[in-house]
Amino acid sequence: MTVQRTTLVSLLALLAAGPALADCAIDGSGSVRILSNDFEALRIVDAGAQECASDAVTVTANATTEHKNIQVPALTANPAEYTVAMIANNSIVPLLGDDLIRPLDDLVAQYGQQLQPNQLIKIDGKIMAIAFMANGQHLVMRKDLLDQAGVAAPTSWEEVLTAAQALKDQGILETPLSQPDGGTWDLAAEFVNLYLGTGAEFFEPGTANLAIDNDQGRLALQTMRDMTQFMTPDYATNDTDATAQLYRDGKVAIETNWGSLAATLIDPAQAQPEVAENTVFAAAPTIGGGTIPAAALWWDGFAIAKNISDEDAAASFQAMMHAIRPEVATAKAEAAVWLIQGYQPGPAAVGVVANANGGARPYPMVPWMGTLHEVLGTELADFIKGNEDADKAIADITAAYTAAAQQAGYLQ
Amino acid sequence: MPHSTFLRFMGPSLIAMLLFIALPIVSIVVQSLYVEHPQVLITSETCQPFGGCTTTTTVDASATAQLREDEPLGQFNGLGTYFDRNHLAFREIREILRTADGVGDVVSRIYNLPLYKALAFTVTYCLLVTPLAMILGLMIALAVNTVPQMLKGPVIFFSLVPMLITPLVGALILFWMLNSEGILGAAIQNIFNDPNLSTRTSAPLTWATLIAYGTWTNAPFSFIVFYAGLQAVPRDTLEAAMIDGASRLERIRYVVLPSLKPLILFVLLVQLMDNFRVFEPIISFNAAANATSLSFLIYSSLNTQTTQLFGSAAATSVITIGFIAVLIVPILLRIARELSTGRG
Amino acid sequence: MADAVNRRPPMVVFVASGFVLLWLLIAAFPFAWTVWGSFKVQADFFSRDTWWHAILGTNTTRVTGDAFTGGGYYGAWVLTGFWRAALSTAIVTVFVTVISLTFGTLGGYALARSTHRYRFVILVAALFFRAMPEITVVSGYLYPFFALNIWGYLPTAIIVLVALNQPFTLWMMYSFFQGIPRDLDESALVDGCTRFQAFRLAIVPVMWPGVITTGLFSFLLAYNDFTVTGLVLNENNQTMVPKISSYLGQIQAQGNVMYAVAAVVSVAIPIFLLVMFFQRYLVSGLTAGAVKG
Repeated sequence: MTVQRTTLVSLLALLAAGPALADCAIDGSGSVRILSNDFEALRIVDAGAQECASDAVTVTANATTEHKNIQVPALTANPAEYTVAMIANNSIVPLLGDDLIRPLDDLVAQYGQQLQPNQLIKIDGKIMAIAFMANGQHLVMRKDLLDQAGVAAPTSWEEVLTAAQALKDQGILETPLSQPDGGTWDLAAEFVNLYLGTGAEFFEPGTANLAIDNDQGRLALQTMRDMTQFMTPDYATNDTDATAQLYRDGKVAIETNWGSLAATLIDPAQAQPEVAENTVFAAAPTIGGGTIPAAALWWDGFAIAKNISDEDAAASFQAMMHAIRPEVATAKAEAAVWLIQGYQPGPAAVGVVANANGGARPYPMVPWMGTLHEVLGTELADFIKGNEDADKAIADITAAYTAAAQQAGYLQ
Repeated sequence: MPHSTFLRFMGPSLIAMLLFIALPIVSIVVQSLYVEHPQVLITSETCQPFGGCTTTTTVDASATAQLREDEPLGQFNGLGTYFDRNHLAFREIREILRTADGVGDVVSRIYNLPLYKALAFTVTYCLLVTPLAMILGLMIALAVNTVPQMLKGPVIFFSLVPMLITPLVGALILFWMLNSEGILGAAIQNIFNDPNLSTRTSAPLTWATLIAYGTWTNAPFSFIVFYAGLQAVPRDTLEAAMIDGASRLERIRYVVLPSLKPLILFVLLVQLMDNFRVFEPIISFNAAANATSLSFLIYSSLNTQTTQLFGSAAATSVITIGFIAVLIVPILLRIARELSTGRG
Repeated sequence: MADAVNRRPPMVVFVASGFVLLWLLIAAFPFAWTVWGSFKVQADFFSRDTWWHAILGTNTTRVTGDAFTGGGYYGAWVLTGFWRAALSTAIVTVFVTVISLTFGTLGGYALARSTHRYRFVILVAALFFRAMPEITVVSGYLYPFFALNIWGYLPTAIIVLVALNQPFTLWMMYSFFQGIPRDLDESALVDGCTRFQAFRLAIVPVMWPGVITTGLFSFLLAYNDFTVTGLVLNENNQTMVPKISSYLGQIQAQGNVMYAVAAVVSVAIPIFLLVMFFQRYLVSGLTAGAVKG
């Protein structure tokens, strides 16, 4: 496994063998220390950066599911424990809030020629992070069952409900729908997706005051509730893993699920053959006559710590550029929906790409969104089980959010 | 024993506990009296993939950092956090008592407040699982005592299994077995002859499942301690009781249980504390819609995606300790009495 | 063994044996199910179709051509380097157990032999330390640990676990030493030994059963810990439980649940060997100890 030089032949060999063999030359020296979440696509990026280790550059990576709890204390230390933090729409917020990451404009100008404009996360004109992959919840459906019921592929939640009714009435499936209404985070995400689809804002502009007490909020809640009549009785405990398994076992005809899980739904080794064969992905449905897919768009990216030397920052940035170079998107096309130049979406990426093309809104990147998400997760449980109405649910959410946001200093 | 010798023996243990438990507890109590500074909000332009650029409101990091530097703990809030809606909610309860019609309404509205909802399950779980697991453990211990000597080893070892399996995965597997398509879930449907029965649909069934799970995982601890205790029950007393014509149950009641009493108190103490902090099964069983606990609330405050609510977690923790104190003080008083009358 | 106390009417033996069998079924069945299922693919073991799949391996046969597969074990031990986590866990558990016991034995002995009033204060304080939810205490560690640059290393996790384990260890060892007759070490004191010499010469030889009992619980605590090891260790030093948790997947990412199942089954083996080996001490230890406390 010697490192090959960049003649044409060896370049082709490199591409065939995957990015593990690629050459990485870093201008300067330093220490690269990466903190990331622990899943496959991020491990590919971690491994890519680790190819840059040399006599002058040390590269270490820590992939852990606890990254969100670790990142703020780790980057607060001076020098920071990590030079690179891999983040997403939501997890970048605390780093911005505590001023722990540095603007990347100079580094992008010097080393970032490969980046596309939409990979740059800018705040007030300054580049604060680089995105390299996307995710989101999109529609997953069984073409064969819909044909059998004689209904067209739905594009709105209203049509999904009609289709579900038809599937149930004709006795094709007893529980044609399955949405992740269990697991506090998933339940909250469900509301966030639908509410984003209505086009409304979560907060009053310029403040952290909650603004979901409106028709759109009630529409989103009503839609969530209407769906439950087509689900298995234990819907209030099904998270996205459970709904995906129901789908793979052919128990469900229509659901929304993560782009990152899509490949498992059409893989005959994991799904029942008739499911794998007849599954179609599409953008998340619209809601209430809206025009955009009712789903939050998510991105994963990286930021560079503030409390480190400029050499370490430069080395880290270059290592990350190597880790997300265009060849990675080609060689590991199936691992994620890459935002990297030259990426060709495969069959599993159709849904996320359709969401993006349909104009779906990104998950809000405001600091108090995390507080709201947490509150939604716990307070919506009674509503989704049918124990309280939408007005009561909104009142409870508002009261709990207000108390929590005051704790955090967002509200007075 | 002189103070200096005592200190020398006790030193390492005391230092470890002071540094890593007592100190954090002090900081937690202090933390619970503070809330974050009012964050300085500004509007700025944010550009993300897909959405393009939008004007959003966000925190002015440098201005907030200045505030934090001046007063690192945040702003003093006294017991405000303890009393707010997400904790003891005194104002809300007053309001409920003022406006509610009927006891049922009061109960259901108080149950709607997060802390009281969590408390209801926590207390129920703790007060049911503790005695159930202890009784089950004692019964197993008495029964295992009658097993032939050579079989005792394997029997003990399999009896401990529920305690040995990493709860993270153990609970997950049981959760799947309890699905309506899982082996246990299907068996339950068969027994009750109801094809739509699912242990996960309603709050009472979820509670029952969690309590059964709790009893299952906690019984081995009681079992092993009691089993050991049984080996030391004074033989002559048992013989004397037999000669006096005591029946088997009478011997257990009047000889075995009294000699196990110190052990029973010890297990009771440990189990009450551990069960009051019930947390893992709620996560593994995805049961948050039907059952939450105080530890679950703490976890929620800390494991958020953005702002960790340390003050809130601290307040809930202090409240938890308060309730545990109420539960165990009677036992402690009893132990104290025995200490002062008995040895030393 | 045929004396009057141990003679039992057949009815009692019958009921007791039946009860033991029933309990063994309840206690061990989920584990047996897991061992069997660890040789299937996820679509079988975690099927939402029917539990028969987990027994028959319908999908396992379809995908791998055989009703049993070692895929989970291969994935955990070979593909994802679970052995490293196992090694870290071995280091952590051994040190936590040894240090906990050393501290706890010395402390427990002092508590049992002291006659001062503060003894009870320490015991009660230890109880309240134990009452504190672990996660609250642990999240407070992160800032100082990063500032001191001791975050991420095994010794840090070990000392934290030792500290968190002290209350329980102290209580166990305390009640154990209460059961050892005072004359034993006091006669040594009379003979002119210092307190430590008395402890070493008179107490150490008879304390092992109690130490082993307490050690088993310390071992289990360190072994099953997630809160401390998950937050305090970096990936190179990661222990088993956080590793298993990463197999379980997250909100947006599919995990390799069968790796987790295989890992759990494999790590149960050393515990079982350990329990089998120490089982007889476990019993005699508690007998001599807490009983008379």
